[in-house]
Amino acid sequence: MKLTGAQILWECLVREGVSTVFGYPGGAILPAYDAMLDYPIRHVLVRHEQGATHMADGYARASGKVGVAVATSGPGATNMVTGIATAMMDSSPIVCITGQVGSHLIGYDAFQETDITGVTLPITKHNYLVTRPEDIAPAIREAVYIAAHGRPGPVLIDITKDAQQRSCELDWDGAVPRPHKRPERRPHPDDYARALALIDQAKRPLILGGHGIMLSGAMKVVREFAERAHIPVAMTLLGIGGFPASHPLNLGMMGMHGEAWVNTAIQEADLLLAFGMRFDDRVTGNLKTYAPNAKKVHIEIDPAEINKNVRVDVAIVGDLRNVLEELLPHVAEGDRSEWLDWIASLKGDSAVRDIQNMPDSGHLYAAHVVHDLWHATDGSALVVTDVGQHQMWEAQYYKHEHPRSLITSGGLGTMGFALPAAIGAKIARPDAEVWAVVGDGGFQMTMAELGTIAQERLDINIAIINNGYLGMVRQWQEFFYERRYAATPLLNPDFAKLAAAYGLTGATVMKRPDVIPAVQAARAHRGTVVIDFQVEQEDSVFPMVPAGADLHAMIRRPSASPIVETSADP
Amino acid sequence: MIDTHTYVVYVEDRPGVLNRVASLFRRRGFNIESLTVGHTERPGISRMTIAVKADRTDAQRIEAHLYKLVNVISVEDITTAPSVLRDLAMIKVAATQESRGEVMQLVEVFRARVVDVAPDSLVIEITGTEDKIDSLIEVLRPYGVIEMVRTGRVAITRGTKNGAATAGARSSARLSDDAGVSHSV
Ligand SMILES: Cc1ncc(C[n+]2csc(CCOP(=O)(O)OP(=O)(O)O)c2C)c(N)n1
Ligand SMILES: [Mg+2]
Repeated sequence: MKLTGAQILWECLVREGVSTVFGYPGGAILPAYDAMLDYPIRHVLVRHEQGATHMADGYARASGKVGVAVATSGPGATNMVTGIATAMMDSSPIVCITGQVGSHLIGYDAFQETDITGVTLPITKHNYLVTRPEDIAPAIREAVYIAAHGRPGPVLIDITKDAQQRSCELDWDGAVPRPHKRPERRPHPDDYARALALIDQAKRPLILGGHGIMLSGAMKVVREFAERAHIPVAMTLLGIGGFPASHPLNLGMMGMHGEAWVNTAIQEADLLLAFGMRFDDRVTGNLKTYAPNAKKVHIEIDPAEINKNVRVDVAIVGDLRNVLEELLPHVAEGDRSEWLDWIASLKGDSAVRDIQNMPDSGHLYAAHVVHDLWHATDGSALVVTDVGQHQMWEAQYYKHEHPRSLITSGGLGTMGFALPAAIGAKIARPDAEVWAVVGDGGFQMTMAELGTIAQERLDINIAIINNGYLGMVRQWQEFFYERRYAATPLLNPDFAKLAAAYGLTGATVMKRPDVIPAVQAARAHRGTVVIDFQVEQEDSVFPMVPAGADLHAMIRRPSASPIVETSADP
Repeated sequence: MIDTHTYVVYVEDRPGVLNRVASLFRRRGFNIESLTVGHTERPGISRMTIAVKADRTDAQRIEAHLYKLVNVISVEDITTAPSVLRDLAMIKVAATQESRGEVMQLVEVFRARVVDVAPDSLVIEITGTEDKIDSLIEVLRPYGVIEMVRTGRVAITRGTKNGAATAGARSSARLSDDAGVSHSV
């Protein structure tokens, strides 16, 4: 039986296990939208195509499945660019489907023609321009495979309108992804031996846990590995959740806003075991002085990451879980109490007191809000953060026990990510308690998606950390530009009223004692609640390693400040 | 140490593949010295010879990045492999009644060929290594080089092994021992 290209598109997506897509219609994708009605697909109508890509991304990160976004040609497609770049930087598996003008019009600057495969070439794992219905099934099947396989990432399929309209036979089996021609990359046995020898000899080893832990599902084996060898674990921002925060071997987050003891431990270590992380400049600081005494072992699926930023002594290219499962039986049981005690002694001087014991000074600090949110949600919420100070406070004060419980834009640092990504996450995991923690700046970049929430009747809670500033930029201006606040103060709307305008519930919190009740009320409420937490305006995130500075050269919290750095065990 | 690395890259013969490869080098800041592309003995597969200046670490990263392109079938850095490198040039040089004889002699010495003769000029064709072609151009310059075209480097390894045939089953040599990189294969 012949199907139109549009029907083949949905038939293939359904057979690939896709049940939900996030999209926005338009002329060049209309045939696909028309055909969609006959397939068991939930279509979430977004308010901006950037939102569709972040939703697909949030969906993918929350579930581990491929997220799908759909848009029309021209402006619909270009609106996806930010979301695609975000997914690329954070290795998130999404497939974007765009309509394209008729194949006879390509190259003629037709209405709403954009060379979107050209535009997205460097920000996709792969992309396709499909001009014939016969090519749709192979493109879809291969795209889903490529997005999810190896190091995940975004794939875009641009389908001309005539390819959607014309008909052909669907050859499902013939469209099976071509055998991957890549040489199978199996680690060299010598390198296992060398890695094991280094682990054996190390007195001050440290595991650096990254996003790869989640992507390869290596939580269990990482934990066993760390416990057996008695090696503490430091997390990258995207690694958070890959190792339980409450575990005695978990040190917390490393890098620019990492805890002082974590960065100090890295600088003093004699062995770094990098597990599925890529030595981003936000975690290394100055490469010349980075972990000068440490041997480095890099376990990473992408060979292009090896020796990119940091030269390593042993590199094992492969899936983290597979590699660790092979290594684990050969790892000697260790006792690194001396090293762990030394690190613990560092905490003593940074962890003066726990913020939960801080007397209420009459000010509402963002750190309090995050801490209380953690407390009130039993640390078990799926939190989606935006980009800025609140993102770092969340990473510092919300203790994540489970994988895929923190979703945030790390590599690209995309403001506007949180709200749509939280929508995608909630749709992927309807039973999860989803909180978006978002700055007043970033919220306003994609707040139109409140409309999507209302239309889809979603139950997400949104904590706006409202400091009246583009806070992170303001902080840099305070530290490095003599407090000249160029273009960082914000005049904000009444966010609670805004929520009400969408038929959602709004609340405003200005005092510490009101935080937990507001959070509990939001949790009890069926439907989305937007809480406007009006926090201290000129607060800063500490500690801070200035960009490019040595990792140990941290700006510490001034002692006069009413918030202290957290203690290790909250 | 920065050297010129020569890669033989087999790719699927599809629209846009050249663009993907070129874009990769641009995006990662690697400077292509020369890039040639043409059909192979196998339909649907093209072969590129890419020459690029890079140190060892970058050379490995280039190979790894090339492999990330879906349309790339195999990559071989033949820099240190015994191989034959060739470039082809056609040079239009001014040749008057008086100088023609001397130019012809040079052509002879370089084992080049004259492929067109006009009243005031000759077109000379030469194949050889880049060095050899550079030297010919140097000695022709005084006579007046009017126009010139070069193909860029093509390369093939010596011996019976076929790069395309080994695609997907490369030798298990480790790419770098001192760096401890084991994307062995
Ligand atoms: C799309 C985008 N534009 C600009 C930036 C640069 N930037 C990084 S953090 C930040 C301020 C964020 O302000 P807000 O959302 O209020 O969060 P806060 O830092 O105050 O918590 C800006 C402008 C960015 N990361 N993303
Ligand atoms: Mg703000």
